[in-house]
Amino acid sequence: MANDLFNSFMTGPDEQGRFGQFGGRFVSETLMPLILDLEAEYEKAKTDQSFWDEMNHLWTHYVGRPSPLYLAERLTEELGGAKIYMKRDELNHTGAHKINNVLGQIILARRMGKTRIIAETGAGQHGVATATVCAKFGLKCIVYMGAHDVERQKPNVFRMKLLGAEVVPVTSGRGTLKDAMNDALRDWVTNVRDTFYCIGTVAGPHPYPAMVRDFQAIIGKEAKAQMHEAEGRLPDTIIAAIGGGSNAMGLFFPFLDDKEVRIIGVEAGGKGVNNKMEHCASLTGGRPGVLHGNRTYLLQDDDGQILEGFSISAGLDYPGIGPEHSWLHEIGRAEYVAITDAEALEAFQLCCQTEGIIPALEPSHALAHVTKIAPELPKDHIICMNMCGRGDKDIFTVARALGWDMAESD
Amino acid sequence: MTRIDAKFAALKADGKKAFVAYIMAGDPDYETSLEVVKGLPAAGVDVIELGLPFTDPMADGPTIQLAGQRALEAGQTLVKTLELARAFRENDDTTPIVLMGYYNPIYSHGVERFLVDAKDAGIDGLIVVDLPPEEDEELCIPAQAAGLNFIRLATPTTDDKRLPKVLQNTSGFVYYVSITGITGAANAVATDVGPEVARIKAATDLPVIVGFGIKTAESSRTIAEVADGAVVGSAIVERIGNGDSPSEVLAFVKSLADGAHSA
Repeated sequence: MANDLFNSFMTGPDEQGRFGQFGGRFVSETLMPLILDLEAEYEKAKTDQSFWDEMNHLWTHYVGRPSPLYLAERLTEELGGAKIYMKRDELNHTGAHKINNVLGQIILARRMGKTRIIAETGAGQHGVATATVCAKFGLKCIVYMGAHDVERQKPNVFRMKLLGAEVVPVTSGRGTLKDAMNDALRDWVTNVRDTFYCIGTVAGPHPYPAMVRDFQAIIGKEAKAQMHEAEGRLPDTIIAAIGGGSNAMGLFFPFLDDKEVRIIGVEAGGKGVNNKMEHCASLTGGRPGVLHGNRTYLLQDDDGQILEGFSISAGLDYPGIGPEHSWLHEIGRAEYVAITDAEALEAFQLCCQTEGIIPALEPSHALAHVTKIAPELPKDHIICMNMCGRGDKDIFTVARALGWDMAESD
Repeated sequence: MTRIDAKFAALKADGKKAFVAYIMAGDPDYETSLEVVKGLPAAGVDVIELGLPFTDPMADGPTIQLAGQRALEAGQTLVKTLELARAFRENDDTTPIVLMGYYNPIYSHGVERFLVDAKDAGIDGLIVVDLPPEEDEELCIPAQAAGLNFIRLATPTTDDKRLPKVLQNTSGFVYYVSITGITGAANAVATDVGPEVARIKAATDLPVIVGFGIKTAESSRTIAEVADGAVVGSAIVERIGNGDSPSEVLAFVKSLADGAHSA
């Protein structure tokens, strides 16, 4: 089926950078030549074996790939239904899937002779991954982070500083991830000659959504091979959490043409998907619009003004979603659901107690959906969820939500 | 021929340079901004750039972003911005109005409906920052078909290879962005801008107007000397943000217009 190009879901984007009506290149003229340049360099690198040799070497020896595919036996038993596997990308160097993509972009930046790397970050995981790889290669690194996120993700801010990055708290707008992305774009417009913008998710102008997906697709490729080894077949359902959607796209992409595999993306439902917009579920509660270089589903008001999302997880707190997800949603190849903060917190604790794994709040959303569907499924149904990050960064947030006092005097 | 084309033809006949002023619609509130906009032609403004507020103005500096936030907080919308243009048109049927902003509010309103409404409100041209030539099918081509000018930005990164693509579907005038950067940031330097304007003029018959980084009457003059005109935005918007009265703002605008007109 994968060879049937006419019915393939894996051929996008088109030459305009579109997945159906989504994606595109909605940027100012100043950035347009830079984006075309990046596209040309990426197209070259993509078919250059030496580029992938370098990636594979670093993935193996620096990141620790392949990440294990782990059968969560006690969780499976606890839920009493489908067999649950976790793709353990939280075991990567820096604790999340983010570094898969950062390595690719930094190697590309080096090939392009760029010496200054900028990035935006929400939870800080992409910022830490970028700061890490920049330190390894001796590149200058500037990370834009919403002032609000700087406050709630202090450990990651300190990590970035230890790694030699400059962290710029963003106070423009409301000081969240989307504002950090605005400020990173402003930096890029100002420093066009020496600067490479390392975007952390499958969003932004073409070629970013495709490029980041291609780098993250290592997750799905490994999972497919590992599942084959463990079970001799494909999983029945694959599940991942979605903010911008890079870990999900990475897991989903290699399975898109395996039409018997059910694909589920889990958005952040915050306090519940309602009219008050106290959530970040762009597909469940938004409509198509244009922001940050691409057309995609966005949280917006009737006037087309962008709304702030809300989620307990800073990594999912973005009013948009990668354009390829918008397309998969519209054509129905993937399903998208929302999980609330409370449900994610419950799954977080269940995972700690049954598997001895402290998950990040982001994959806790995916896990929460697993706990909803697994009990109803037969025991020979195989679920593969993406454990895309570890929860060390979130213990303060979780402690607060659970009413624990983490003051230093304790 | 739009009001923009007519205005530039008249300026050319008089041997005069154009002065273009940017005001954010609804900043700090609808009434005040309407009063300022109504006073612009008498202050010497040849073309009005009316800012359409947006929550995420990625190509703008803090001054314009704050102006947009003030306007949105005061309840400004795309519909009210067109209303403001219509109110201005009651007493002025010649000064061109260019609506300047970002695509999402327009896309959200619906492109077809927007073009009808904008034309009806007396808008003459559009500058949409996040619509490069690669996305011309979205709005540029439908806008021209509806009789609105689509004014394109050319920048220092628009090299000779790319310039024809940028000019291809442009009408009204070409807006040359004097710096790589955001609005209200670095200063425009006439000695850098001059050769760039000449490069663009060699490739088009359209007037070339320069904006970004022009803050004083003096720079308005020196930039207008090497181009067909100058645009000032942030420096004016900053005064509105500081709470200057409409008459104080208009006095400042007049000094800038006099600068450009003495070139």
